[in-house]
Amino acid sequence: MVKLILIVISAVLVNNFVLSRFLGICPFLGVSKKTSTALGMSGAVVFVMTLAAAVTWLVQTYVLKPLDIGYMQTIAFILIIASLVQLVEIILKKFLPSLHAALGIFLPLITTNCAVLGMAVLAIQKNFTFVETVVFGFASSLGFALALVLFTGLREKIDRSNPPKAFKGVAIALITAALLSMAFMGFSGLVKI
Amino acid sequence: MIETVLTIIEPYLPIIKTVFAITCIGFGCSFALAIAAKFFEVKDDPRIGEVNELLPGANCGACGYAGCMDYAKAVVMDDAELNRCAPGGADLTATLAEYLGKTAEAAEKQVAIVLCMGTNDAAKCRFEYNGIADCRAAHLVGGGDKACTYGCLGYSSCATVCPTQAIEMVDGVAKVHPELCISCGKCVTACPRNLIKLVPEKNTVHILCSSNDKGPIVRKVCTKGCIGCTMCVKLTKEEESVFMDGFLAKIDYSKEVQNKVIVEKCPPKCIIDTTINN
Repeated sequence: MVKLILIVISAVLVNNFVLSRFLGICPFLGVSKKTSTALGMSGAVVFVMTLAAAVTWLVQTYVLKPLDIGYMQTIAFILIIASLVQLVEIILKKFLPSLHAALGIFLPLITTNCAVLGMAVLAIQKNFTFVETVVFGFASSLGFALALVLFTGLREKIDRSNPPKAFKGVAIALITAALLSMAFMGFSGLVKI
Repeated sequence: MIETVLTIIEPYLPIIKTVFAITCIGFGCSFALAIAAKFFEVKDDPRIGEVNELLPGANCGACGYAGCMDYAKAVVMDDAELNRCAPGGADLTATLAEYLGKTAEAAEKQVAIVLCMGTNDAAKCRFEYNGIADCRAAHLVGGGDKACTYGCLGYSSCATVCPTQAIEMVDGVAKVHPELCISCGKCVTACPRNLIKLVPEKNTVHILCSSNDKGPIVRKVCTKGCIGCTMCVKLTKEEESVFMDGFLAKIDYSKEVQNKVIVEKCPPKCIIDTTINN
């Protein structure tokens, strides 16, 4: 139980996927203009990542390992993640069409969101059990969501202020991301996992 | 027999195993997706797909929508105008109107035209440009290498964006082949000098110059430039199909030029009739 809590703290704060491991930067910058879309994206990523953690662990343990084809890990995982993203898209289109339209191209892009693949590979490398992997996946996506929502809030404030002309738009967004990342460095050394 | 086959394939077993395993995972995933797609199916208006079939599928964006599918959706769901599709033209408007049981006026077929005749031998260059072969890049370097600040730079930015390869570079000037043009307007926005216009196809007389400089300055840089002599305007006085805009004669494309003698009379020969000399 203690290990699970440590995993959560580690994935959300200390080794935050976006701000410390620098994975999943594309949606981090792409969908961080409006809080509503950022929340929707976070929801989709939480769903995909948690499911992906479970499925990839099962595939790794019961298919790839017994067959001794661990070197196919990347391809198999990408296959699974892509299917899961498609699944999320189908479900969203059915139940939340407005969110589906708002996320637009970024939804299929979760397929290539390296945070998802990175989480799956890391969980295998750290020899997590099934429950630990699922918790790790869920916590990692929560970390992603936290970073995304925080960043979106900052960007919305920046939009209303008036930065110098040379910094307008993406430039100031990148600087903000860097400062946020540095702020999260304050958590380093909190837990070792 | 079986043993020999086994000994032959034995070294390849790991590969077969891998391919089989990954294929199985793939099949499993696609099976799950197929079930999900059936289970969570969203019923779109079937007409959207059928209208999309009727559209040319060029995805050129001339209609102002994000592609043919988007336009089909707008036509069926939001009552968008039926004549927005430039590549489809009047035929398509009629087909769509018939299919949807609506009436629609066909839009006039338009073609792009490059308003410049400053070929390599007609127009002078100020300096030698060795940069990127792109008009926008060339235009940034001191306004381009051409001595005329209005003329076609000839680095084929328009030809690159044309989805139907209707633009050809002839002697350093872009030329549109009207029979290939689908009037999507991509070249119009690509040209840094705004030389390309969409004009009605039925108009055949064009003044191929965009220089608004005074006659002597135009003469200095190009032998084919409009010198603002107003001869064409005088010759078409009754029909008012040509007018002066500063020092440049322009065709009023809402009218048709009747007095085609202006093609012959123009001193720098910058007026053409596409039915005669093309």
